[in-house]
Amino acid sequence: MKLKEIAHSRTGDKGNISNISLIVYKEEDYEIIKEKVTEEKVKEWFKDIVHGEVIRYELPKLGALNFVMDQALGGGVTRSLSIDKHGKSLSSALLEMDI
Amino acid sequence: MKKIRIGSGAGYGGDRLEPALEVMEKGNIDYIIFECLAERTIAIAQEQKLKNPDKGYNSLLEYRMDKVLPLCAEKGIKVITNMGAANPTAAVKVIKEMAKSKGIKGLKIAAVLGDDIYDSIDKYMDYNVLELGTKLESIKEKIVSANVYLGVDGILEALKNGADIIVTGRCADPSLVLAPVIYEFGWDIDNYDLIGKGIMAGHLLECGGQVTGGYFSDPGYKDIPNLWKLGFPIAEISENGDVLITKVDGSGGMVTTATCKEQLLYEIHDPSTYITPDGIADYTNVTMKEIEKDKVLVTGGTGRKKTDTLKVSIGYRDSFIGEGEISYGGTGAYERAKLAGEIVEKRLELIGCKVEELRIDYIGVNSLYKDSISKYMFNDNSLCKEVRLRVSGRTLDKKEAEKIANEVESLYTNGPSAGGGATKSVKEVVAIASIFVPRDDITINTIYEEV
Repeated sequence: MKLKEIAHSRTGDKGNISNISLIVYKEEDYEIIKEKVTEEKVKEWFKDIVHGEVIRYELPKLGALNFVMDQALGGGVTRSLSIDKHGKSLSSALLEMDI
Repeated sequence: MKKIRIGSGAGYGGDRLEPALEVMEKGNIDYIIFECLAERTIAIAQEQKLKNPDKGYNSLLEYRMDKVLPLCAEKGIKVITNMGAANPTAAVKVIKEMAKSKGIKGLKIAAVLGDDIYDSIDKYMDYNVLELGTKLESIKEKIVSANVYLGVDGILEALKNGADIIVTGRCADPSLVLAPVIYEFGWDIDNYDLIGKGIMAGHLLECGGQVTGGYFSDPGYKDIPNLWKLGFPIAEISENGDVLITKVDGSGGMVTTATCKEQLLYEIHDPSTYITPDGIADYTNVTMKEIEKDKVLVTGGTGRKKTDTLKVSIGYRDSFIGEGEISYGGTGAYERAKLAGEIVEKRLELIGCKVEELRIDYIGVNSLYKDSISKYMFNDNSLCKEVRLRVSGRTLDKKEAEKIANEVESLYTNGPSAGGGATKSVKEVVAIASIFVPRDDITINTIYEEV
């Protein structure tokens, strides 16, 4: 099953840091994403894009995880060579992950 | 319990106008905020100001004010905006003249000054730059702007002095909302539990349509009605800090716990430590409840004491980016695009182009996610029937950037078969770096125009 079947996601940026939320549609699925979508797994998933640390924050009351990925935007929004300088499309990539 | 209603009129500098007018006309609001400054906007505006001392404010200021001013006067809605960008002083003069020419009377227009510390930047040369890991000295000669993220102080002063329209330069986005909340309820600015809730309200509103269904819709998974006429949000804030997010009846989009959750977590990094000049908000215990259609109650935000330093956003001339694109179609599209990419790489080497960093993308194949995720999603590139080559390179010299752009364009006559739609561009990169300066170094003041 792809993450997309049970969760939605939004990407934001600050400098060279990408911030991706992962939010379950149904409360009961929170434990699944908490168990399956670890910092290690996300770092491995984005290995070609993210060159720094990945930190995961847990928000059980919102049924959400928040991933903060350092060195993720090609040197920063203002100087990246990427077509998507803000990394806005990275949320869709996270939802492609099979769990 | 006393409540105030604050509408959003813009979530970024170039945002749509008619949803803002809809919120003013039908939203029964007391205030409207227009958030118009991205990280780099002021650096670019500063360059405009250097060319013309009367410019350097948001380029849509006149376009917006033409429609906003009459509504502001008619309905008594107060306007708070950072559209002043690099030149709030010029912006309020423009607004005054526009109001005069429309025959509008009885408006007090304030500019908040003090964010621009370009003239005193020399004293911070031994400060560490957050993004670069070096001292500010290392980019000294390239600096074009330096602006402190101000908090509520200047806006509060303007409100206390009876301003109807308040124009700031660099100001933390949530402060545009927090200031009128503090003013209306007489909140103690050291009551960080309340301040945290006000910051949260500001954070939910600051990106306009992103909380009402914009940047959200995904057909079949997350459907949003009438996205084409997306309504901008309204926050109804209670004296105890409860925040109700809603929108105008009949506007497009929707407000649900899902849209609000996505926006609450947008760009915040550590949810327990969302740092703003007015305090540190903590969203750890936030809960959301849809109490009616398009009405979501957000509670449980809190906060902690503000930091002793303020963030300064420094614009500097960093480099140039040369870019070119060209498309290939039909069977073998990817193979031809790939051949074209290899040709450009070899050509740049042959002509001795000095490139700091080069990136080659195949749009339709791997331009967004590079290789491992792209391959995971789709493994047979030969099935792609349309592929667009994109070459992008960073250089220190403009002429070198032009070479990159030209090498892509010259694929028209020298490259693989049937390459079409070539485009090229060369841009100067004004990058942003940050330092943190003592709060006490910064002096804020307000100036006024009246009609």
